[in-house]
Amino acid sequence: MILSLAIKSLRNRRFTAGLTVLSIALAVMLLLGVERIRQQSRESFTATVSGTDLIVGTRSSPVHLLLYSVFHIGNASNNLRWQSYLDIAQRPEVAWAIALALGDTHRGFRVLGTTSEYFEHFRFARARSLQFSQGKPFQNSRDSVLGADVARSLGYKLGDSIVIAHGAGDVAFSTHDDHPFRVAGILARTGTPVDRAVHVSLEGLDAIHLPAREQQYDPLAEATRSTADVHERHTTRASSRAVTALLIGLRTRGAALAMQRYVNDYATEPLTAILPGPTLQEVWEILGAAEKTLFAVSSLVVVLGLAGMLVALLTSLSERRREMAVLRSVGARPAHVFGLILGEAAFLTLCGIALGIGALYVTLVAGGAWLESHFGLFIELGWPSTHEWGLMILVAVAGVLIGFIPARTIYRYSLADGLTIRI
Amino acid sequence: MHNLSSGPEKSLASRHVVELSSVQFAWNSGSSSVIDIDHLHVAAQERVFLRGASGSGKSTLLSLIAGMIAPQRGTVTVLGQDISELPSATRDRFRADHIGFIFQMFNLIPYLSVVENVCLPGGFSQRRRSRAEHGGTNMHAEAVRLLEHLDMASPELLRRPVTDLSVGQQQRVAAARALIGAPEIVIADEPTSALDTDLRHAFLDLLFGECTRADAALIFVSHDAGLAPRFDRTIAIGDINRTSNATNRATVSEHA
Repeated sequence: MILSLAIKSLRNRRFTAGLTVLSIALAVMLLLGVERIRQQSRESFTATVSGTDLIVGTRSSPVHLLLYSVFHIGNASNNLRWQSYLDIAQRPEVAWAIALALGDTHRGFRVLGTTSEYFEHFRFARARSLQFSQGKPFQNSRDSVLGADVARSLGYKLGDSIVIAHGAGDVAFSTHDDHPFRVAGILARTGTPVDRAVHVSLEGLDAIHLPAREQQYDPLAEATRSTADVHERHTTRASSRAVTALLIGLRTRGAALAMQRYVNDYATEPLTAILPGPTLQEVWEILGAAEKTLFAVSSLVVVLGLAGMLVALLTSLSERRREMAVLRSVGARPAHVFGLILGEAAFLTLCGIALGIGALYVTLVAGGAWLESHFGLFIELGWPSTHEWGLMILVAVAGVLIGFIPARTIYRYSLADGLTIRI
Repeated sequence: MHNLSSGPEKSLASRHVVELSSVQFAWNSGSSSVIDIDHLHVAAQERVFLRGASGSGKSTLLSLIAGMIAPQRGTVTVLGQDISELPSATRDRFRADHIGFIFQMFNLIPYLSVVENVCLPGGFSQRRRSRAEHGGTNMHAEAVRLLEHLDMASPELLRRPVTDLSVGQQQRVAAARALIGAPEIVIADEPTSALDTDLRHAFLDLLFGECTRADAALIFVSHDAGLAPRFDRTIAIGDINRTSNATNRATVSEHA
């Protein structure tokens, strides 16, 4: 009886009730959406590099080293010598060592000089290797491999020719247009900074830098030289080549600490070796503040949504006070009156949560591709996690608790009014 | 004052549907009583006109009879049951079973249809539902039958939202609700004060007719002395309630 009264009463106030449900739904959608994005960004962040046991650079803070080597944020203060690379790579516990050279850009995207081993050993997410959506790894000093975002936003396809600029930044001050690169491969999307990098061989970088350093560069001569010729010239110059960082894979993970000590104590030049996992964690802690703010804001929106419900319920009470006196006169107990309002609050909250979850999934299905292409946000479509269910239960409980306020008010009214109709 | 209730009638208690004795009630313990009535009774099927200006404690008296509140002292006996002893939830069920109530105005639940409003007591009282269904009809048919008697059963009226009904029509729907399931007592708290004089008498005719049909006693509260002669008995609250102030008593007693 009370239930059917509650339903009919709500139907009668469907506009206000609908608005209340809508505001709760939007709040819930925002909260869950933010949680998803938080979760996904944390996951994709910690998944940026995997399978690499150590990262080596010149002496600097671990966070700095991680940021420039893996995230391509900031610049290395110093390069490490080629000889150091050779020394480390030749250690028995090292399975593979990949040299990275950073410092150039192509139309705002970082250029990463490396070796073809990079495509073989680099891992991200849970040990996923780099996949080519088109083409293949670079074969020579004129080949380049583009990350998915680079290819998409600049509209490059295989065989296109690109020119690399020295220094980071959108408007570079000197371009190496004497040595254009050919697009040899385009990588599949990874959701990591790899997507935003232009990969060339170390030899290719040498080709654009060494002539300038030697101050004896002849563009015509360079253009007529054969690739093999250039290659040979660069191997001979390898000893003077500088690299920015090394990614190292070990034969056994247990050797990581010993190897780290070896690098940190390396006598020839001051070096730093870091374990990527703990350092990623450390960086995430720094970013965590922003993440927590985001969560706080979306929680506040939920509070606002529930406060809106409270206001709607309280304003309806003066009108419903008479209704309650009538119900009391036909035999309703104060408990019925209390339950009527509390039930309404619970019902509105649950509808809001259900609608919010529904709307979130519809948005994810309909707008997921757009989010991914415009913001690089890939949000997994999965059942809500335990954490998300926990949040929903929290919202539901809060909604019911808030319902106690108007329910208690009307309960008191109905006791005080008795069989009097307040006009 | 011959029609005022007094001591000797106590012997007829078994015929009384309502009987108050030595009742005192105060809204807060410590504050002075608003009700202090030595004796009051209403016989079965009796039509009682309860007269009193505002402030004479009549709303409180009605709340006591309807079991909304319990007195601090004395007994309120309804249908032989001392309801002042009952827990409040039981009093609520007792009211649902035995008492029909008509308010001065705003009687109807705005989001229910005319028939749903009339059927409302059936949702709270199994007894009144089965009494309404007695004789093979259902709740809905009984509601329509009652509305018919009150000239409120035209299909056009039944379809209308209750908020679109005139005050007189609303009061008739409220009367049908108070009468459905044949409760022993109908209490009407100034049900005609919002009506024109012509409509008042018409409404009273209908109410009397239906109370007779349902064998219900009628306790009718009003400050409109012009209606009093139509009742079996008039009780001036000012005369029986010792806490009423002197002005009330003076104005009330002139008619009785």
